[in-house]
Amino acid sequence: MSLVLLRRRAVDVIAFLFASGATLFGLFWLFWILWTTFKRGLGAINVALFTQMTPPPGSAGGLLNAFYGSAVMILLAVVIGAPLGVAAGTYLAEHGRYSRLAKVVSFLNDVLLSAPSIVIGLFVYEIVVRTSGHFSGYAGAVALAMILLPIVVRTSDEALRLVPDQMREAAFALGIPRWRVTAQILYKAALTAILTGVLLGVARIAGETAPLLFTALNNQFWSGSLSGPLANVPVVIFQYAMSPYDEWHALAWAGALVLTLFVLGLNIAVRMIAKRTSK
Amino acid sequence: MTAHGPIVKSHSAAADRVFNLVTGGAAWLVLILLGATAASMAWGGRLAFETFGFGFITSTDWDAVGGKFGALVPIYGTIVTSIVALVIAVPVSLGIALFLTDIAPRWIRGPIGIAVELLAAIPSIIYGMWGLFIFAPFMAAHVDPWLNGTLGPLPLIGPIFTGPPIGIGMLTAGIVLGIMIIPFIAAVARDVFNAVPPPLKESAVALGSTRWEVLSRVTLPYARSAIIGAIFLGLGRALGETMAVTFVLGNAHDLSISLLMPSNSIAAAIANEFTEADAELYRSSLIALAFLLFVVTFIVLSAAKLLLLRINRAHGRTS
Repeated sequence: MSLVLLRRRAVDVIAFLFASGATLFGLFWLFWILWTTFKRGLGAINVALFTQMTPPPGSAGGLLNAFYGSAVMILLAVVIGAPLGVAAGTYLAEHGRYSRLAKVVSFLNDVLLSAPSIVIGLFVYEIVVRTSGHFSGYAGAVALAMILLPIVVRTSDEALRLVPDQMREAAFALGIPRWRVTAQILYKAALTAILTGVLLGVARIAGETAPLLFTALNNQFWSGSLSGPLANVPVVIFQYAMSPYDEWHALAWAGALVLTLFVLGLNIAVRMIAKRTSK
Repeated sequence: MTAHGPIVKSHSAAADRVFNLVTGGAAWLVLILLGATAASMAWGGRLAFETFGFGFITSTDWDAVGGKFGALVPIYGTIVTSIVALVIAVPVSLGIALFLTDIAPRWIRGPIGIAVELLAAIPSIIYGMWGLFIFAPFMAAHVDPWLNGTLGPLPLIGPIFTGPPIGIGMLTAGIVLGIMIIPFIAAVARDVFNAVPPPLKESAVALGSTRWEVLSRVTLPYARSAIIGAIFLGLGRALGETMAVTFVLGNAHDLSISLLMPSNSIAAAIANEFTEADAELYRSSLIALAFLLFVVTFIVLSAAKLLLLRINRAHGRTS
């Protein structure tokens, strides 16, 4: 009897240790990756990083054009993707809540959310780059917008569903037309949640590399125009990291650190906002 | 809920229609984009499918100069690295989920949960760089020689762990992929564990079950389909992951049983070669690969969603 009990206790302790070990294992990689990025990136961060262009092989320089290109493409992607995403999310949560279309879209949106981003890059290549005949910052922004879209759809859908039904009923009881209820009451109530959803989406697309490889491509020089190839942080990191030059490696690590800080900073900020509003 | 019939009819009815049209149109756009992506990949890849037929997925030839393309190596590499990733990620993720739901003291659950989620937020290119500059050399110096020495001489499984200790290859790629999908599986599994009705667990505890017995005999059987859904979600991510794999897989077009050998994956082949593909057939072959990847991940992710839907429906939304 006591032997059985002992065995059950032992199995329980082993499970306990395993679960704790698994958590340590997961956190271990997080710290290893962050530590490496900080160690290698910090040494390479200097003023030139933010004031000079990407250099030719074997010489020093910065990533100014890449930062600029990334910022512009992300901004344009948000301008394209966020309104469409909020509109579709509104349909799922409000105007089409019980329709079959909403069910299908809600299902497939989640599939699109996890779809391989490289395929989305190829798709935009086929419809934008091929038809226009050249790589461009516009194509890159479209690809990023396509990745942003399902994230905003999902988060704005959930944000609107969290608005209590009493609020809708009270508004309808006052005779306010449906579209005004949505636009002036529900959006207001769900504003913070919708915005944090967009910010999460920005954090996601800021590091996306695969969809930019065949759309924005890269550009070693300063280019203010979106209609030609545009330098951007992820692709520069990719090319420089894969190169054999030490100067390029250092720049890649510096870019990686800035990118990581930006993405993790956004993620933490979003969680803090969400926590404050839920209190 | 669906309160119809606004009191003020006149022009606000028209405005309502416009609003419906705009939001409904945006919802349609999601479907159209998904369909257009599939159609465009099928169209772009038709030349490869027509030229090679079924041989496209059974041939290992990948000869850009000779114009012969067979996708077996990237398909094989994608599958093998994803399996390695799952072998690592599934037990670890379930362990983390268990830790976060039943074991950890309450005050520590939030911070650790966030830390695990941050693992998912790190861009894949950072994983790739870390894999190339830090992890691959580590594997080459410590793990590969050890595998060659201990598991290498064994019969049957020996060849899988025998190979040059260069650190670049399917094992390294699979491990990096595994680390990347841990947060996805762990987050969903945690929600699934939390969705198990407390009375079920409490009853088991009241009968004298240990924590492990509650997990293995109540929680896991109850949540089985959703757990499989979470795993499929991770698998879908692993199959399509591009940058991290591109850095550490070695871009080799040889079929090899050894996990230590460089290989290729569908996503990595596209990332590495598409901008260099000058011939029409070459480009079409890469797009055909993308089509296969898209179809397979679509099926895997749909299955994941269906499996997770069941528990959502029963207990409210979990994710």
